[in-house]
Amino acid sequence: MTSVATSPAPKASGVLKPVLSAAEALADVPDGATVLIGGFGGAGNPVELIHALIDQGARELTVVNNNAGNGDVGLAALIREKRVAKIICSFPRAASAHAFTDEYQAGRIELETVPQGTLAERIRAGGAGVPAFYTRTSVGTPLAEGKEIRTFNGRDYVMEHAITGDYALVKCLRADRMGNLTYSKSARNFAPIMCMAAECAVVQAVELVEPGDIDPETVVTPGIFTGRIVHTPHAVQEQVLFEQGARYP
Amino acid sequence: MNAAAKPKKIGLTRAQMAWRAAQDIPNGSYVNLGIGMPELAALYVPEGRHVTYHTENGVLGFGEGPPKGEEDWDLVNAGKKAIGLLPGASIFHHADSFAMIRGGHIDLAILGAFQIAPNGDLANWRAGNEGIPAVGGAMDLVSGAKEVWCITDHTTREGEAKLMEACSYPLTGIGCVTRVYTDLAVIHVTGGRFVLKAIAEGITVEELQAKTAAPLVVEGDIEVMAPPAL
Repeated sequence: MTSVATSPAPKASGVLKPVLSAAEALADVPDGATVLIGGFGGAGNPVELIHALIDQGARELTVVNNNAGNGDVGLAALIREKRVAKIICSFPRAASAHAFTDEYQAGRIELETVPQGTLAERIRAGGAGVPAFYTRTSVGTPLAEGKEIRTFNGRDYVMEHAITGDYALVKCLRADRMGNLTYSKSARNFAPIMCMAAECAVVQAVELVEPGDIDPETVVTPGIFTGRIVHTPHAVQEQVLFEQGARYP
Repeated sequence: MNAAAKPKKIGLTRAQMAWRAAQDIPNGSYVNLGIGMPELAALYVPEGRHVTYHTENGVLGFGEGPPKGEEDWDLVNAGKKAIGLLPGASIFHHADSFAMIRGGHIDLAILGAFQIAPNGDLANWRAGNEGIPAVGGAMDLVSGAKEVWCITDHTTREGEAKLMEACSYPLTGIGCVTRVYTDLAVIHVTGGRFVLKAIAEGITVEELQAKTAAPLVVEGDIEVMAPPAL
């Protein structure tokens, strides 16, 4: 009797994530939602999801992104269409950030400028259940004004609060049906921590594969952090759209 | 009038300033170079020195990007320029990238500057309170990196001092700058003082002091900078 031969092959019986169209995946985003959007420069911007959010029509959004859009597509288009009440970012300037600049100068959008590392750590903390933390960054600068300062080992630190989101919109290279994700080079940037910090992470994936097709050692975002999957095999790169002078809608 | 009669321009070019700072980048260091003049320094690090470059958007071990038209826009640096991966490179998310900075793992950050004070205070993110405040990773770099060097013109285009008793612009960080490389001098910022280490050819210490709005301390020999033509 050979027990090896009768052992059942391991089955993928874990939680599968819904695979939806971009419109379906964003249908329940309410007005006033906080949306964490991945991307740094043109790398990792979930352009198809942002355009679907424009089509969906939600307004008065609070958006968290490193930048404030470039050109006339993606986040810049969302801002130009006046859907964003507030943006939390580190660097609201770009080669062509006219959409944000126009709205800001007209007083129609609130800006919270956050040092980039503090922004990343606030999001990470939000995903990890840490409500606030202390950092050296910004001590003695205008960005620390009004915030609690505490001394540890003779040095001053400023308290920063966690950021969480109702939704995250991110782009990955490969997703399996259980929501495990890998990314493409520096397009990873904020996506893993935004998936952690959002109630519902909506992930657009260039490749959609079966559980087991991604080596567990190489998974970057474990499926527990993924909410919904949108398969976008022909996703466009924001920088390419920008160089083409594209405009949405 | 012949060319020889034209007075020789005093001071280093932008590339020469980057070259001079590059000569001091230690072997075996992890370095973050700011956009502009600082990033030029990578071109001039002496042969044989092992330096790994960090970019805050999540790459260690990057180098020159592909030629124009062949860029991979998923692979950029903090200045949103296309880069390439060198053997031994690694990629990580933003919180890990800033843990490298804020956790004191980056040996050296080189940035630009608007104003620097002898106590090491730096202003380099906004000139006054006008315009859109954009800070990027500068505040994290200056408070987290083990060493912070600035590459900057010695004075503004209008001839106003950038090295001064106290910064008047909004600060990026307090007590953080350790060295300054300008077109006219190399200055170490230590013990609340500007200590002159090197000077450009054709300018005296007195003339340099006149362009510096805080005392320059002279201790020991001063190097006369001799950069290659760049």
